[in-house]
Amino acid sequence: MTGTPMTIPARRPVLTGWAAALRVVEGLWTWYRRSWRATVVSSFVQPLLMLVAFGVGFGSLIDTSARAALATGGVPYLTYLAPALLAVSAVQTAAFESSYPILSSFKWRRTYEGIAATPITPGQLAGGQLTWIALRLTMSGGAYLLVITLFGAVHGPGVLASWVFAVLCGMAFSAVFVAFSAAQEHEGGAFTAIFRFVVLPMTLFSGTFFPISQLPSAVQPLAWVSPLWHGTELARGAALGDLQLIPAAGHIAYLLGLLVVGVWLSRWQFRVRLTR
Amino acid sequence: MSDSLVQARGLRKRFGAFEAVRGIDIDVWAGEVFGFLGPNGAGKSSTMRMIGCVSPRSDGELQVLGMDPDIDGPRIRARLGVVPQQDNLDIELSVRDNLHIYGRYFGMSRAAVRAKAAELLDFVQLTDRATDPVEQLSGGMKRRLTIARSLVNDPELILLDEPTTGLDPQARHLVWDRLFRLKQQGVTLLITTHYMDEAEQLCDRLVVMDGGLIVAEGAPRELIAQYSTREVLELRFAPGAQRGWREALSDLAHWVEELSDRLLLYAADGEAALAAAHRRGVQPTSTLVRRSTLEDVFLRLTGRSLVD
Repeated sequence: MTGTPMTIPARRPVLTGWAAALRVVEGLWTWYRRSWRATVVSSFVQPLLMLVAFGVGFGSLIDTSARAALATGGVPYLTYLAPALLAVSAVQTAAFESSYPILSSFKWRRTYEGIAATPITPGQLAGGQLTWIALRLTMSGGAYLLVITLFGAVHGPGVLASWVFAVLCGMAFSAVFVAFSAAQEHEGGAFTAIFRFVVLPMTLFSGTFFPISQLPSAVQPLAWVSPLWHGTELARGAALGDLQLIPAAGHIAYLLGLLVVGVWLSRWQFRVRLTR
Repeated sequence: MSDSLVQARGLRKRFGAFEAVRGIDIDVWAGEVFGFLGPNGAGKSSTMRMIGCVSPRSDGELQVLGMDPDIDGPRIRARLGVVPQQDNLDIELSVRDNLHIYGRYFGMSRAAVRAKAAELLDFVQLTDRATDPVEQLSGGMKRRLTIARSLVNDPELILLDEPTTGLDPQARHLVWDRLFRLKQQGVTLLITTHYMDEAEQLCDRLVVMDGGLIVAEGAPRELIAQYSTREVLELRFAPGAQRGWREALSDLAHWVEELSDRLLLYAADGEAALAAAHRRGVQPTSTLVRRSTLEDVFLRLTGRSLVD
């Protein structure tokens, strides 16, 4: 320990835009690195369980049915289900990453407060956080893809596009959810309610397990609102190779629109909360 | 305003109907340690957050490092160091990773961050804890790490919001020692505190804040000379028993303050006042003659003690 002066400061240029947001991604990566093993296991185990239960177990019951074949377009139920589960998994991971970790970074870990004191702006912080979630979805989607390939549930290379659509779908949901989480002062059961009354019904009634045309016509508009239905249509269509241009453009436009609104709301909410 | 690092004129901060800062003027000069002394709720932290370019001002003029926070927030923050009132280290990460990540937010290269972290860990005596998770550190160590983190970008101005609140005396002295060293190196420090001893020890100049306003301003010794007497005689009683004596003794001092269990007689010669009081038959449980402190200044100005 000496009294020598600190190094003479060199004036650094202030990072802007994406360069700043990427530093946030790097910080989140440093944090994730410590516990990545646990999440890697879960990103393999979760699809494994879903595929075994629904694809293999449930699928063996219905694969002999002519009515089921009509709905699945003739492909085995497992192949029909797998790309949709890719989208479901993206939405579920997005829901988790967009809830407690966000509130915690504001309220308990207070890491956002620390970042707000640096040249990084709240908008760049929100952008970096969302980019990180997109990376997480891409990683867990990759694990999913590996599992369904091993199960022989892959119809062709189109499933790579399904991967992209699944991430888009997850992010459309995530951005809005992050904005919501950033507005929460207390945990207060809001997240549990969303998991129970938004994520779960969305998973069941967005055409994952059966086409939404099987739903009562009064309920169908609810599915149209669900980002997961749009994501499922895209992911399944791409995987089975029967994606139609016009509907696909519509689904993509809906998801992109939701994403843009969510990103805008998140950036706004981060700014409101961090500049009080 | 050549080398004034912070200049505020009529600075205000409102939260809805509540006005936390009600129009203050401040000038902080390069190389000085400037203090905000005042009780909780005086508006110190709100002022710090405005100077730190985190919280936008509601009204008035503010320049930090010659720039307007509303326009150049990121550029100003790039040259500030901030030690918040409540530690916001990432407790799940290691001591070193906390410094690394934070340096990267300032746009530093990995090599620069690594070198700086090693230097700072040495400065705050945490080198042997570098790989430990922050969770395992004591309160004083966390505080020192927060101070190290605030230095990662070689700031020209460091804002410390109650740097030693909640620390034991030993840990406080270690923090003070590090702050002294920074001062010797010519770094400008802005400190808020509600400890008068901290303000007296560290600050070249300070403002006393109360209810969102500045009630006095100057060097600690000047403030004491201006607002208090050289000595103070404390007469301590069983709570309540001091009542009645205030009037009887008022002519022995310039003025008398009454607290719940004691009378404070402000006099140039405390011993003489004590002898005179004894002659009048006062029987306190104990007595103390001491020099005036900033606490007395605050009591004189507001009628309340700093830490209640």
